[in-house]
Amino acid sequence: MPVEFKLPDLGEGIHEGEIIEVLVAVGDAVEDGQPILVVETDKATTEVPSPVSGKVAEILVKPGDEVKVGQVLMTFSVEAETEKPKPAEKAAAKEDETAAKMKDEPPQAAAAVPEERARPREEAPRAEERIGPVPAAPSTRRLARELGVDIRQVTPSGPGGRVTPEDVRAFAEKGAKPVAEAAAPPEREEGIPLAPAVISRVEIEDHARWGPVERIPLKSVRRATARHMALAWSQIPHVAHQDVADITDLEAFRRRHKAGIEEQGGALSLTVFALKAAVAALKAHPRFNASLDTAAEEIVLKRYYHIAVAVDSERGLIVPVIRDVDRKSITELSSELRSLAERTREGKTQVEELQGGTFTITNIGALGGTGFNPIINFPQVAILGMAQARWQAVVQEHREPYEIVPRLMLPLILGFDHRVVDGADAARFLNGVKESLEDPEKLLLV
Amino acid sequence: MVMGEFTQETEVLVIGGGPGGYAAAFRAADLGREVTIIDQEGRLGGVCLFRGCIPSKTLLHVAELITETRRAEEMGVTFDPPRLNIDKIRKWKNQVVERLARGLMDLSKNRGVQVIKGRAAFEDSHHVRVQGSDISRFTFKHAIIATGSRATPLPGFEEKRGGRIMSSTGALALADIPERLLVVGGGYVGVELGSIYASLGSRVTVVENNDRLMTGADADLVQILVRQLTELFHAIHTRTRVTSLEEREDGVAVTLEGAVDEPKQVFDRALVAIGRNPNSKDIGIENTKVSMNERGFISVDEQMRTSEPHIFAIGDVVGGAMLAHKAMHEGKVAAETLAGEPAAFDYQAIPAVVYTDPQIAWCGLTEEEARSRNQTVKVTRFPWSASGRAASLGLSRGMTKLIVDPETQRILGMGIVGREAGEMISEGVLAIEMGALAQDLALTIHPHPTLSESEEEVAEAFLGSSTHILPARK
Repeated sequence: MPVEFKLPDLGEGIHEGEIIEVLVAVGDAVEDGQPILVVETDKATTEVPSPVSGKVAEILVKPGDEVKVGQVLMTFSVEAETEKPKPAEKAAAKEDETAAKMKDEPPQAAAAVPEERARPREEAPRAEERIGPVPAAPSTRRLARELGVDIRQVTPSGPGGRVTPEDVRAFAEKGAKPVAEAAAPPEREEGIPLAPAVISRVEIEDHARWGPVERIPLKSVRRATARHMALAWSQIPHVAHQDVADITDLEAFRRRHKAGIEEQGGALSLTVFALKAAVAALKAHPRFNASLDTAAEEIVLKRYYHIAVAVDSERGLIVPVIRDVDRKSITELSSELRSLAERTREGKTQVEELQGGTFTITNIGALGGTGFNPIINFPQVAILGMAQARWQAVVQEHREPYEIVPRLMLPLILGFDHRVVDGADAARFLNGVKESLEDPEKLLLV
Repeated sequence: MVMGEFTQETEVLVIGGGPGGYAAAFRAADLGREVTIIDQEGRLGGVCLFRGCIPSKTLLHVAELITETRRAEEMGVTFDPPRLNIDKIRKWKNQVVERLARGLMDLSKNRGVQVIKGRAAFEDSHHVRVQGSDISRFTFKHAIIATGSRATPLPGFEEKRGGRIMSSTGALALADIPERLLVVGGGYVGVELGSIYASLGSRVTVVENNDRLMTGADADLVQILVRQLTELFHAIHTRTRVTSLEEREDGVAVTLEGAVDEPKQVFDRALVAIGRNPNSKDIGIENTKVSMNERGFISVDEQMRTSEPHIFAIGDVVGGAMLAHKAMHEGKVAAETLAGEPAAFDYQAIPAVVYTDPQIAWCGLTEEEARSRNQTVKVTRFPWSASGRAASLGLSRGMTKLIVDPETQRILGMGIVGREAGEMISEGVLAIEMGALAQDLALTIHPHPTLSESEEEVAEAFLGSSTHILPARK
């Protein structure tokens, strides 16, 4: 009996992927669990295992195809067996298993957006997602061009989705308007807004009217970043708390041990110390190592410390995760961070390495800057930003008379979710980070 | 008088005076542009008028008349066998062509379009050199490349002018009626020209590589035509290749490879109709930034612009359906675009017509395309055996089919086989362009009794309510 294999629900923020490679051919016998496709899901590539044992009957995709959740990718012919669960059921079960494997976030992320999962997998195409020609009379299509209207954006009123001249005129008169409501607005539950499924689509005027323009498709990492940032910004009431840490002693310490660490294959960067300092603060302030589950109206405190580190790669921003930072030494973290950053830049990270972070560090200091406003890595609660450390004339206030001395000062920014923690909590948290960074010996104790 | 090199300036330069070229030129002139056409024959009409559509359809009508006199016997009217005067038939065909050609020249004169005889080639993106003309060089603001296509020769066998191995051009010159004619290629050109010669008395053998004739059209439509052609032609060999073709004093010696009883045969003439190649060589494309694909078709956007925004290309030379009506619409899009109008070649259905007896016509999505794309469609057919008009004409061999999106009920494609299919297909084209639903067609009153009623009834059949065919049993 034939079994359809659909692209499984990939979880938070991911609704489609790009087929990188097809590993089987029509007629191949495949085993349950055998890799059959390589899919790039937003920021990482992953092998998709076969849901069943059977024969590949049809392959409906090719490398380069963009595929959506619920789209049929392949069909298998499977021998019906009465003892075992029906292949279709098994395939469905396996689909969920695969989905879990491919998920970008820990399970609570999915719980925060239950509508995502409950929604039927195959929806009727929305007005702005239609593929192929738009049904409209030639004169209507011409009218749309005259009025500078992209006819694909027009919500049709005619039978069977036909766009009428009135639809085009009405659209042109309204001008730029958000059409997100056409895209199945997220339902509200007790006044708490839930995650939108997509970046809301807002039309912009046709800029080609004023001069030449170039249009670049929003794809892959850029698209994932856009979606994730829009989600975070729309969901989290952000506050940024700032301070400056005196890292003169830490820098001296770092320089002393740099060569030794390098011999062991690591790179002793400021970020390594920040990882350590952050873990200490997270342990002292567990609400910063958490997620808000709006559906359950609960704060999920995490008993593990997986810290995500923002990496600038050619493909764009990628945020891999270092697991169990609390259980690793400075030396170990130096090696791991170095190799993880390298693999990230080479595009070799696996989906799992991008998942499960509980807190994020973003260090822009190498490029400059006195401060910035980092966006929290949803659904985490906080993010630590580091700008450029600079030598500054500092008034040593504990000496009498006051002395002005050159000190290496590091601007720190803590972006936090005000739904979960307050400004005072943030000040205490950042004070902890600051103290750790100012006293390298203290760092060794955490 | 030698004046040295003379460069003329023109606003719109159209290279090629075929249907695409003159449609573009006329539209541009009507929009107030100053237009020059360079054509190697110095007159308008191109392959279509002089060596294609018009002469072939003129002769196909003659063929149909001959067939009709035979068919009349069944209705109680017996004619003596027709006496064919080949010179007079040729003259009639040439008169038809000349009358239309004169008309086109008048139209261009009255519009102020300058027609130059010569061969044009780009020197660079802004200059065209012309061979065989008093004006040897043009500079232009916009150029439209409309150089068309030529018959693909059988690899290794070049056509000799006046020889026994002919392309469609030679066949339409109608030098004589060969006793035995070989047609290489079972596409529409081979089948149409084969029909002309068979009706005029030739014993026609058609050889086709593929497993059936007319691979672009749906098999169920072609099947009905093939039934007729089997009676008309001496032989149809599908899955057969020509491995050698030798022109001799007494005929053309041919070796066939495939399901043929006699692999070696001799014919009086051979017609090679295996496709057409774009005329994109020898026109200096390489001196511009205009890009082509590996098959020599010029790449264009929806406004028919090449990679040089002031140079357009239209018609056969850009590929797609190599049909005059497609070229004409592309030409209008190019002309309107360069005049600043918001035109686009965004057509959803391009009709194709094969002028055999019966004719085949189709537009939009074919059933086979839908299948190859894995697109779910519903196909309904109305056999002409249920049509009163077809019966009264004695032409019950025919069918009208409709391809519909089952979800939206929108008409995606139409196919017709039967007499006057070409005249009827436009209703399907209009339906698709208007985004019509099957119901729109079914609710439109068609006159009774006509063949066009079949279009209403096939839509009714989709809705389960055709008057003249029984609803499908549930």
